[in-house]
Amino acid sequence: MTTTTVDTHAVDHEHDDHGPTKGIKRWLFSTNHKDIGTMYLIFSLLMFFTGGAMAMVIRSELAVPGLQFVHPEFFNSMTTMHALIMVFGAVMPAFVGLANWMIPLMIGAPDMALPRMNNWSFWILPVAFGILLSTLLMPGGAPAGGWTMYPPLILQTGDAFPFLIFSVHLMGISSIMGAINVIVTIINMRAPDMTLLKMPMFVWTWLITAYLLIAVMPVLAGAVTMLLTDQFFGTSFFLAAGGGDPVMFQHIFWFFGHPEVYIMILPAFGVVSEIIPTFARKKLFGHDSMVYAASCIAFLSFIVWAHHMFTVGMPLTGQLFFMFATMLIAVPTGVKIFNWVATMWRGAMTFETPMLFSLAFVFLFTIGGFSGLMLAIQPADVQYHDTYFVVAHFHYVLVPGSIFAIMAGAYYWLPKWTGHMYNEKLGKLHFWLSTIFVNVTFFPQHFLGLAGMPRRIPDYSVQFADFNLISSIGAFGFGLSQLVFVLVILTAWKGAKATDRVWEGSHGLEWTVPSPAPWHTFTTPPKHRIADEAFE
Amino acid sequence: MTGEKRNNANRKLVLSLLVVVVGAFGFGYALVPLYDVFCEITGFGGRTNNEAVAVNEAPDLNREIRIEFMTTVNSYAQFEFASDADSMVVHPGKMYYATFTAKNLTESDKVAHAVPSVAPPAAAEHFVKIECFCFNSQEFLASEEKSMPLQFIVNPDLPDYVDTITLGYTFFDTTSVASAN
Repeated sequence: MTTTTVDTHAVDHEHDDHGPTKGIKRWLFSTNHKDIGTMYLIFSLLMFFTGGAMAMVIRSELAVPGLQFVHPEFFNSMTTMHALIMVFGAVMPAFVGLANWMIPLMIGAPDMALPRMNNWSFWILPVAFGILLSTLLMPGGAPAGGWTMYPPLILQTGDAFPFLIFSVHLMGISSIMGAINVIVTIINMRAPDMTLLKMPMFVWTWLITAYLLIAVMPVLAGAVTMLLTDQFFGTSFFLAAGGGDPVMFQHIFWFFGHPEVYIMILPAFGVVSEIIPTFARKKLFGHDSMVYAASCIAFLSFIVWAHHMFTVGMPLTGQLFFMFATMLIAVPTGVKIFNWVATMWRGAMTFETPMLFSLAFVFLFTIGGFSGLMLAIQPADVQYHDTYFVVAHFHYVLVPGSIFAIMAGAYYWLPKWTGHMYNEKLGKLHFWLSTIFVNVTFFPQHFLGLAGMPRRIPDYSVQFADFNLISSIGAFGFGLSQLVFVLVILTAWKGAKATDRVWEGSHGLEWTVPSPAPWHTFTTPPKHRIADEAFE
Repeated sequence: MTGEKRNNANRKLVLSLLVVVVGAFGFGYALVPLYDVFCEITGFGGRTNNEAVAVNEAPDLNREIRIEFMTTVNSYAQFEFASDADSMVVHPGKMYYATFTAKNLTESDKVAHAVPSVAPPAAAEHFVKIECFCFNSQEFLASEEKSMPLQFIVNPDLPDYVDTITLGYTFFDTTSVASAN
C-alpha cells in the first residue's frame, strides 16, 4: 500500500539532507511537517476571515430590527456557512497545523510518520472548501438548513445539496487522515526515553483528539451519505412517509456532534497547558491528572449526545440519564481548570501575549462552561433551547475558548517558527481589543436568549433591539481587531532575533532546536540526557 | 526504533486504525436498526405497533382514558384528512372503533400512507391497534373520498398517571415511492 512508499521516502530524507525545492512545487508536493503545518495555519486563517465576513453579514442584518440588507434565505445561508467554515475550515485545521508543526518537535521525531498522506490531508481541504464556497453561486443558493443539516429541511436545499454532502465527505477524509497520522507519529516516533506519561500535554490532548476523530468522523460521513441516498436513490432513512424517522438523524448527527465539540477544545486545553507553566515559571500542576481528566472527558463525550435534543420528546429516564451524564463532564473539566489555577499559584508570572490569551481562555471558557451546565438542566433547557442563550454559550467556548487558545499557541511558537520575536505591543493590542470586543459581542446574547430571542432568524421583536445593537458593535470591533493579528504576522520577521529557548521559563524538546527551527530536525533521535531534561 | 522496524510498526498501526475507521462508518449505519429496536422497546418517538395484534384482556370499566385524535397533512400531499370525532373516552381493555376520512384533492390517482405517533411516549406501547388504515398504503382514484377504519384497545397496564393519550397521524403522498417499487 501507499504507506510503504511513504515511509521509505521519510527514511531517504534522513540520509541526504537537502533544502526545500524552490517555488510553488515546495508547497504543492511538500512532505515536510513544518511546511504542511504552515499551510494548514495559513489556510485556517483565510477561512477564519471568510467565516468572519459571513458573521459580519449576520450581525449587520441583526443590528436593528426589520429586514435591511439581505434576503432571509441568504441570511440562513450565512448562518449555515459561517458555522461549517468556522468548525471545519478554521478551528480544526488550525489545530492540525499546530499539531503538524509542534508534535514532531515536541517528541523528538524527524517528521510525521506518514508524510505523503500528510500532503493529501492538507490539499484535500482547499478542494472541499472550494466546493462548499461555490454553492454560494448556485441556483437555489448555498445550504441554508443549518450546519446540523437536519432533514427534512436540508433536503429542500437546491442544486447545492450534493455539493454540500461531498464537501463534508472530503473534510471528513482529510481529518481522518490527519488523525491517523498524528496517532502513528505519537505512538511510534517518540524519542527513546519518552514514555507516554512523560509526553507534553499538547501531545497528549492531541492523541486523545485523534482517537475521537477516527471514531466519529466516519459516523458523520455515514449520516450525510444517508441524506444523499434519501434524496437521490429512494432510500427512506429519515423520510417518515417511507417508514424512516427524521429524529434518528439528530441522534446519529449528535453522536458525531458531541465528540466533535471536544475535538475542538481538547487541543486548546493542551496549548494552554504548555503556555501557563512557561509564564508562571512552575511545572504544570497535576500533569497525570490532566491526562486522566482529558481521557475522561473524551469517554463521556460519547454518552451525552441527546442533550442537544432535549425537546424532541424523550422518555423521562432518557432525559435524566443525558442530564446527569452531561453534568458529570463538569468534574474532569473542573480538574483541568483548578490545575491551571494551581500552576499559577505562587508562580513568578509575567504577562506576555501568549500568557494573556491563555489567562483569558481559562476565565472566559469557564463562563462558557457554566452556561453549558445551565443548558444541561433538562427542565431549564426547554426554555433555553434554540435561543440566543445557546448561541452565547457555544460562542463563549469556541471563540475565547478554542480561538483564543489557537492565538495563544500562535504567539507562543511564532518566534520558534520565524526566528524573530513578534511585535509585543501589537500582540498586546490584539489581545485587549479581542478580549473586550468578544465580551461585548457575546455577553448580551445571554440576556437575549433568556428573554426568548430565537436563533437563526434575520428579524426580531423590537424588545430585543438594544442588546442586538451592542452585540453587532462588538462583532464589528472583534472582526476589525483580528486585522491587528495579520499585521503581527506580516511584521513577524522584523523583530529581534529569538534565542533557541525563546521564553525564559519554557521547557520541552521544541526549545532545544535553533530558532527558526531548521527544515529538518531530530534526524537522529535526541540524546537521552537532553530529552530527559527537556521533559521537566 | 530503527528505519525498517519502525516502517513495519507504522504500517501495522495504520492498518488497525483503518479498521477502526471502517468500523465507525459501519457503526453509523448499524445505528439505524439499533434505533428501531430501541424505539420499539421503549416507545421512544411515540412508536406504536405497525402490524395487527390480538389482545385478550378483561376490560377495566372503572377507569376512563381520553383519546384525542390529531391529523396532519404533509405539505407535499394534496389531500384532505380528518378524524370523524375529535376525541373519545374509553375504558382500558375494551375494543373501540374510530373512522378517519381522506379525500384526494387532485385529478390523478394517488397512493398515500398515514404515519402514526402516540404521545406521551410512556403510553405508546400500551396503545394497541387491532386494525388500522395505517398498516397499509391507501390507494385513491382521482378526487376519491374514503372513510378509513381504526380498531384499537388501550392496554389496562397503562401507567396510572396517564389519563389522556394523543394519537396523531401524518398523511403522506407516497405515489412516487409506490410507483418506483
